[in-house]
Order: sequence, then structure tokens, then C-alpha cells
Amino acid sequence: MKFKTRSFDAAPSVLEIEDLTVQLAGNRTAAPVLDKVSLKIRQGETVCLVGESGSGKSVTSLSVMGLLPKGALEATGGRIGLEGRNLLELGPQAMREMRAQKISMIFQEPMTALNPVMRVGDQIGEVLDTHTRLPAREKRARVLDIMNQVHLPDVERIHRSYPHQLSGGQRQRIMIAMALILEPQLLIADEPTTALDVTTQKQILGLIAELQEKHGTAVLFITHDMGVVAEIADTVHVMKLGRIVEHAPVEDLLRRPREDYTKQLLQSVPSLTPRPARPEPQGGAVLSVSGLQKTYGAHGVFARREATRAANDVSFSIPRGRTLGIVGESGSGKSTVARCIMRLIDPTEGDIRVADREIARLSRHALRPYRKHIQIVFQDPFRSLNPRWTIGRSLIEGPLNIGADRKAALKRAAELLTLVGLPDDAVNRYPHQFSGGQRQRVAIARAIAMEPDVLVADEAVSALDVSVQAQVLDLLDELQKKLGIAILFITHDLRVAAQICDEVVVMQHGHVVEHDTAANVLANPQHAYTRALIEAAPGRLWDFANFRELKSA
Amino acid sequence: MAASPQPAARLQWLFGAIALPRGWRVGAGPLIAAAVLVVIVAATLAAPLIVPHDPMAMDALQRLKGPSDVYPLGTDAYGRDMLSRVVTGGRVSLLIGIGAAVISVAIGLMIGLVSGFFRLADAIIMRVMDSLMAIPSILLAIALVALNGPSIWSVMGAITIPEIPRVVRLVRSVVLSAREEPYVEAALALGSSMPKILWQHLMPNTLAPLIVQGTYICASAILTEAILSFLGAGVSTEIPTWGNIMAEGRVYFQLKPSLIFWPGLMLSLCILSINLLGDTARDLLDPRLKKREA
Repeated sequence: MKFKTRSFDAAPSVLEIEDLTVQLAGNRTAAPVLDKVSLKIRQGETVCLVGESGSGKSVTSLSVMGLLPKGALEATGGRIGLEGRNLLELGPQAMREMRAQKISMIFQEPMTALNPVMRVGDQIGEVLDTHTRLPAREKRARVLDIMNQVHLPDVERIHRSYPHQLSGGQRQRIMIAMALILEPQLLIADEPTTALDVTTQKQILGLIAELQEKHGTAVLFITHDMGVVAEIADTVHVMKLGRIVEHAPVEDLLRRPREDYTKQLLQSVPSLTPRPARPEPQGGAVLSVSGLQKTYGAHGVFARREATRAANDVSFSIPRGRTLGIVGESGSGKSTVARCIMRLIDPTEGDIRVADREIARLSRHALRPYRKHIQIVFQDPFRSLNPRWTIGRSLIEGPLNIGADRKAALKRAAELLTLVGLPDDAVNRYPHQFSGGQRQRVAIARAIAMEPDVLVADEAVSALDVSVQAQVLDLLDELQKKLGIAILFITHDLRVAAQICDEVVVMQHGHVVEHDTAANVLANPQHAYTRALIEAAPGRLWDFANFRELKSA
Repeated sequence: MAASPQPAARLQWLFGAIALPRGWRVGAGPLIAAAVLVVIVAATLAAPLIVPHDPMAMDALQRLKGPSDVYPLGTDAYGRDMLSRVVTGGRVSLLIGIGAAVISVAIGLMIGLVSGFFRLADAIIMRVMDSLMAIPSILLAIALVALNGPSIWSVMGAITIPEIPRVVRLVRSVVLSAREEPYVEAALALGSSMPKILWQHLMPNTLAPLIVQGTYICASAILTEAILSFLGAGVSTEIPTWGNIMAEGRVYFQLKPSLIFWPGLMLSLCILSINLLGDTARDLLDPRLKKREA
């Protein structure tokens, strides 16, 4: 693994944050949101700010931009120095002048950060309109020039396009173009690649590095992904609960972390090395899918568009007690497959056998007795539990549907909560009283309450912080050992797949491109797409948990 | 991200996470409105016991008298006591207002739930609703009164029917977005039946907007009833309602404006209070709709 090792001691510093303290507005007694945060970024340097959700990464970046939500948060101490001026003392007008010209920012979700009813070329031009007075011709030339610099293809066409006509990666390039057109000294990137696929992420990270070198921009890069940190950082600051607990050059931090929290954070990063193979399963498949196909938009007399095949000829089977992963990027059809198997949508063709019964063509009503055998855990723990229901009521909903006694079901609900590592008095509480990881445990308990043969986990750990992610993965593993359930694990994250899956199916454009044991897929990929996916995984040559290079690499 | 405000625990079984803005306090306006409404409702409910005169009793000698000890608000063109008539007149108005609100919300909720969840039913139901919405309530009332004779039920029907589609649209829109929530899909995966999902998972989402909509329907129904009575298409002219009293007072308006002023004042106070309480309920139930204070 090659880290960036350039020294910036000689370079002039661009941003100096000293003892920045941010508190809840009107509540000076509560614990500060940011507690004496200090950091320095020099010209051309990339400083990564890592930490779990709620650690104050984004609040730091918003403070620098002067965009703290008014009436909710306020900076109560410290200094943010840029070009010898303290940004905290600037008025709104002066701060507006600073934005885009001196500091600019790119966000996580380029679709919501762009105006959906304005052509992207005009949106880039708007930045020039606000801060400069250029004749139309010159303005257009500059916009096209920056669009070329961010390597957008066919810039004339894209200049006239609306955001929805572009891909996620192209939209993020537009955002970068907007951020850099006035050549600011500082670029703040707040999780700019989190919403993107790994292959696109690789390109965007490469682009930021290239432009940074060309223009000497300092970059404050906020991320939760240690892989990304390993790839791009010069210096890393680790944040926890509003404090910077450790900062060091990237290689030092990854090799010799000093603080326990940093070690713990690094050790939670799932390794790309697949788990040791488990003994071959006995017995037949509990779930088998053959020739599954889902086509959208073909039916109807007036259908003009060609049908979209979201899933095409997908076949696999899972024996009892094993885990099969479906890996792919967005739009690969992996979630379509999961939803077809759950019969949340109806497959166009193909067979799904659960508990020795073909369920693909059962009517909704006839299907209900078979729902018990196959359960699902969704990605978003904040939306997968009814906010109006107590945890207990959610947990007994399924058992009551299959004729369980209410009292017995409630007793079992308390046992299940213990099983997933929550206090059993949680039955009387509401979802909003729990954290994301705890809610995901509740969702798992709800699925397990049905005593299913198969558990479908649709990106079930993707919305969680790495440390919580590791705990939930452990929980799934433990439940599998105890109960012998088969797990269908849908994920975009190869690291997670490596940790939990026995077998991996790789999907692209609705097709299965590779299907083999996890070890074979990761160590010896046959298909070009699988290889591309693995190569794009950030920090893939580094063994984070053991603070060293991967041995096999 | 800012911490989400804590819901009021006592109401949670009904509305779930009502996010009360921190330090939320009921202002003076809603309190006054509530007090006014309580007085009006109590007075009209107790009208037979408290009014000084029979609101129907005519006295040819006391026509168009000004306020006096015997007739605190004076008398109308037939010598009937204005105070008794105005207080009694609220009974029909409020009955129609509350009745129209409850009936249209109840029917609209049922139709809206079905329409929001089942696509095929939706296509048919919404076209029927579109055509119902096109019927002006005044014309419908005149037609119903012409067919069935003037009665409270004709008027209530005429006001309720055009309101139903508005409720249906509201419920449908809430259901359309709520049914995409993963917890609804999870319920489906747990084998819950459609009626159960509709009633237990989706219906509670509609309650908050329905309560707000209900107050608006109530206010507008009271007003429509008054208009219908004023036009002579409402309840029978013998029964005192605010609209009827104003219709009769219209002839003598230049001679004695108080004939219109008192029922008009009651009507305005009543509607104003209900609307204000509705706004307060909306702010309370959905703080996002409230304008951000700078």
C-alpha cells in the first residue's frame, strides 16, 4: 500500500481552526457539540476528518462555511482563521464573498444539492454571475473549460442537460466543477462519494486528487470510510463526541494508532479477506430460486418504452445455516431479486421455492401462510419500525398473524430482545428511544420471531457506523449458529460480504456474472466486472484491523 | 444532525411521534378562541333553559324594538326576542357544522384508505370523486331541498357530499406516501392482512391532518348553512338559524342593522375561533408546516 508521504511543513497554511467550540443555541450548560476543535490545513494538503455519526465532523465543516443552522447551533468560542481573517467574526455579506471564492463545499448527495429544474451549465454559470462580471461568451467558455477539467464527456450536451439526465458520478463532477470554478483555496468535501458506487467513487477520488494537484487546493475531506482515508489523506484527524482525539500523518495513524478509540475504529473495519470456509452443509436447500426474471414497463397497449429487465435469469439456492451474498452496484438488480423473493413485488418469470413450495405465483392471499418461512431486514432502521408502535407490539405482530397467543408472544418478544442483546424491558418503549444499531437489532428480532428458514438482509448494515456494523454482523452470525437460519445477504460492500458470506453472487445489469464461494470470488475473480469491483474497493491492500499491509497482497 | 424533539408521551398511542417544538407554548389567541367557542357551544346547548323568551313567540306590539330590560337585544319584525333567537339559532348551525365534519371525515377516511392502497380501486374511485367535487354545494342543496323539502338532513347532505372528495384526496395522499415505508412492507412480509395494515399501520398517519381538515370543514359548513338559509334554500324558515335570522333581518337592515349584526357576529366569532383552533392543531401536530421563526 502506498500512502501519501509529502511533507507540508514548508507550505503556507490555508485554514487554521483554533479551539472552536460550538454549542446548542440558548443552552450553554449542555455538553458542547464541538469541544475545542483545532486543526490546520496547508496549501495542497488533504486533511481527512473521520469519525462515526454524531462525532461533529459535519458541524465542523458547516462552521467553516458559516452555515451552522441559525437558532439551533452557535459557535461560542475559538477562531477559524483563513487568510489572516477570523471567519467567525465576518458578517453575512462578507461571508458570502468568501464562499465559492475562497472556500467551497461539495456534498454527499449531488441529486439534492443541484437544482432539478435548472440546466447544469446554467448552475455552474450562476456561481460566476454571483461573484464576477463576465460577458456571456467568456462565461460560457469558462464553464465549458471547468467541465472539461472534471472530465465530463460531451460537454456541449451536458451543459444543456438537467440533473436527472445525468448519472450520479456525472452529477458529482458537476458539483466539483461548481466548487472549483473560482479556484478557491479550500475545498470542503463532506462524504462526497458515500452515495456513489465503488467504481464511480474511485474515479471521483482520482479527480479530486488531480484537480488538487493542478490548482494547489487544500482539501478538508470528511468521511466515515477508513478505506477512503487510506487512499487520499495526507493527515488524518479522528473525531469522537465533538473532540479531536488523535491526529497524525496517514501512515502513522494506520500503522501506529495511539488512542484506543482510533484502534477500535480501525479494528471494526471489515477485512476484505474472506472468512474461513465453514464445513459443507448437509441437507437440501431451504430457498431455491431459478430463472427469476423481473421486467418493468413492458405491459400495456400504450407502452412505448422498451421493457427494462431489472433481473434476468437469476438462479441460486441456499442450504440451511449458510449465508449467500448478492453483491453489486446500484441498479444491478440485487434489491429487485430480494423484493421478488419476499413477494413485495411480483416476479415476471421464474420459480421461487421456499419450504418445498413454489411461491412465485401464489396469490397474495394464498401466500400468507408461507410468509412465515422467509423474513426480511431492511436497510434503514429509522423507517423499518412503525414509529407509533411500541417495540413489543412490533415484535408480536407476526406471531399474532400466525395464530400465536398474545401473552405467549409477548413473553417470547422479551426473550428475543435478550437474544439480540437489548434489555427485555424495551418491549414497552418506542423506536425513537433507540439508536440506529439498536433499532436494527429490533428489526432482526422481529424477523426472527417468525422462526423463518431464510432471513433476507437487504443492505441491513449499510446505514450503520462501522463499529455498530461489526456488532450487527456478529449478531447475525451468532443467530445463524443458534437457530440454523439461512441468510440471503444483499450488499454493495465487498468487505461486509467477505466477512459474512459463504457464497457470493455478483450481479451486474440484472445478470448474475459470477457465482462461487466467497474465497474464490474475492481471491480469484473470474469476471472482469468482479475484478473491477475489487480493484475499486478503497484501501484494499491494507489490513486495517492489524495495522499493516495485507499479507497476501 | 439536530436531535429530534421528544413526542408528548400521553398522546403517543394515537399520533406516535408528535414532535412538540421545544418550549412550545399555547399563545393567547388559541386560548381566547377556545374560551369563545366553549361559551357559544355551552349557551346553544343550554338554550332552552336559559333564553328569556320563546324564540318563536311573536308579539305584534313589540315589533322592531330596541334593547330594553325585557328584550336585551331588542326584537325583530315579528316582535320575537333577538337574544333568544340568536342563541337558539346556534343549535342548528353547530349541529350542521359538526355533523358535516364528522360524517365527511368518516366517509372520506374509508374511501381514501382503500383508494390509496389499491391501485385498481383508486382509478375508479378518484374519477367518481372528481365528479363529486365538481358539484357546487349551493346548487346541490337547492336541488335536494326542492326534492325532499327543507330539512336539516337535506342541508347536511348537500354540504357533506362535496366535502368528501377533499377528505379522500388528503387521506389518499398520506396513504400513498406511507405505504412505501419499510415498516409497511415489513408488516406485509410478516403476513399481516390488508385490512390490518390499512387500519393499524396506515390509518394513524392520517389522523393528524384529518383533525385539522375537520375543523376547516366544520367552519365552512357553518358558513354554507348560513348562506343556504339566507338564500331560502336551507332549513325551514320557522326554525331559527343564524342564516334565517339574517335573511329576515335583511329587509329591515337600513332601519335596524342589529337584526343582522348579532347573528352575523355570532357566526363570525364561531368560524374565527374554529379556524384558529384548527391552525393551532396543525402547528401542534405537524410543526414542519409552521413557519420557521427567524
